Amino acid sequence: MSTFAVVVFPGSNCDHDAYHAVKQVLGQEARFVWHKETRLGSADAVILPGGFSYGDYLRTGAIARFSPIMGEVARFAAAGGPVLGICNGFQVLLEAGLLPGGMRRNSRLKFICEHVHLRVEQTDTPFTRLATAGQVLRIPIAHGEGNYYADPETVAALEANRQVILRYTAPGGEQDEAWNVNGSTGAIAGLCNSARNVLGMMPHPERACEAALGSEDGRVILGSVVAALAAAGVDAAPRPVGAAQP
Amino acid sequence: MKATVFVTLKPSILDPQGKTIAEALRTLGYDSVRDVRQGKYFELDVDAADAGQARSLAATVADKLLANPVIESYRVDVEG
Repeated sequence: MSTFAVVVFPGSNCDHDAYHAVKQVLGQEARFVWHKETRLGSADAVILPGGFSYGDYLRTGAIARFSPIMGEVARFAAAGGPVLGICNGFQVLLEAGLLPGGMRRNSRLKFICEHVHLRVEQTDTPFTRLATAGQVLRIPIAHGEGNYYADPETVAALEANRQVILRYTAPGGEQDEAWNVNGSTGAIAGLCNSARNVLGMMPHPERACEAALGSEDGRVILGSVVAALAAAGVDAAPRPVGAAQP
Repeated sequence: MKATVFVTLKPSILDPQGKTIAEALRTLGYDSVRDVRQGKYFELDVDAADAGQARSLAATVADKLLANPVIESYRVDVEG
């Protein structure tokens, strides 16, 4: 089975959700890694979870990007390992320069906490290989600063290079500014690096892995990473989850 | 020595907070305030031999942490 390292910064609050989704729902191994560690240990994938690292002081993710563990995360990413930044994790990846662009306050200024629809634009990433092109996923967001920005040249390069992976759309998948909840450039909800192994996304797939929470579409994202690791030779057979431990 | 850093959004970046403030001012009757852009202000108390060194240090710190070069630009002022 594959091992997911879930980095914990002071102020991260979606680390347990990510751990739960990976371990209890997908039956993989998961481990918390405190931000001050300088080793990831044996990890097949890294998750930078959501939350409010350092209270969002200065700028979201601006201080967490300098945490000791981030050197290791950068090395892991450079070596090709899958790195998934969710919400605040996405913001940390942007501040760290592991993904291009920046984040602004939501265009309508309000913190938005609701399910949104995302269209999968590319399926050749470890995060979307289980999806079909154009598939719409219903996944929740919860953020006040998810308004992605990149200058026109960067956006053109991202689009040309197929690095835009998820877009905010209408429920049927149509791209329409009315459904761009936070005003993100190009309605970009998630994008990857040029090597396609680092993904940042504002929505929370780890909160959409169980029907009881309103959607299981998040399994497409997390399950894709598990499948990608299995294809790469990491045994992904889940542990029996039958006798569930609370 | 005291160095101050003003960090502002680049002109091309939409500033919804600034717009909201401008509208609030117009509601209060200050129609002659046409636009507002909100920024950040940092006061740095630095050990530096002279103003030039203080300015250079403040700029380095602004580049490294205080401003995000993707969406912000900054200005440094040094006292004395």
